[in-house]
Amino acid sequence: MTAENRPLSPHIFIYRLHLTTLLSGLHRITGVMLIPGSVLLVLWLWAAATGTEAYATATWAIGSWLGRLCLFGWTFSLFYHLCNGIRHLFWDAGHGFELARARASGLAVVAASGALTLAVWIAGYAARGG
Amino acid sequence: MATRFTLGRVRGLGSAKEGVHHWWMQRASAVALIPLYLWFAFSVTALAGAPHAALLAWVGAPVNAVLLIALIAANFYHGHLGLQVVFEDYVPHEGKRLACLLVSQFLSTLFALGGALAVLKIALGG
Ligand code: HEM
Repeated sequence: MTAENRPLSPHIFIYRLHLTTLLSGLHRITGVMLIPGSVLLVLWLWAAATGTEAYATATWAIGSWLGRLCLFGWTFSLFYHLCNGIRHLFWDAGHGFELARARASGLAVVAASGALTLAVWIAGYAARGG
Repeated sequence: MATRFTLGRVRGLGSAKEGVHHWWMQRASAVALIPLYLWFAFSVTALAGAPHAALLAWVGAPVNAVLLIALIAANFYHGHLGLQVVFEDYVPHEGKRLACLLVSQFLSTLFALGGALAVLKIALGG
């Protein structure tokens, strides 16, 4: 086989990105991102157990714009990975493999994780009183 | 030959049942995490902006403390099993992959223990 006619893996310039491919990549990215997120969760609990001053520092860090940005990323990653994880579990049980259904469930996952993220943030700001 | 057998299992060269175990435990921990995280996210959200004492009272309530420790354990176990799959895909060099696995296993255990201790300290009023 010459160099010209050997088979090529999908060519990035003509390869069409499918929703289902994108969502599957996002499951891995959010899963990995949830690990530093859970480390921060432990640090937060640790600060709460240490004392009022340490807890105040943690609360200040979470309230900063960077803290809120991280918390928002964590909330969305959590709900996306959770919803898409349910989708994975249904696949593992042998349901919903057909392309049309995989697409529909993918859209449902995006909608559900968006809605859950929004619900938690609205409830959070309501609890805080703004 | 016991050590060789054990190392073979760590390297993923064990009997087919090892792979099944990993697969199953990743799913079992995922199933446990669904209700635990939904409960946690909405409970903690309701505590946004609450004083330190209110959080301590919530974490320290016996049922909450048990569920929190279960969440922490399932979280780091599931995360480690997930990372193992990721390492298998992206770290072709066997020595480096084993090093990554060890680091992930040690850190997951340490953070899970740290989280559990923090919850217990609050629950037991230390
Ligand atoms: C909240 C409930 C959760 C559910 C329902 C869930 C579900 C799943 C499922 C079903 C898989 C296997 C996906 C596959 O077949 O390839 C998976 C993979 C993974 N999960 Fe979770 N998970 C949850 C939470 C978490 C958390 C909190 C973390 C971080 C500590 C995490 C990290 C990972 C990682 C790193 C992978 C491997 C990704 C890959 O192989 O591409 N998950 N999850």
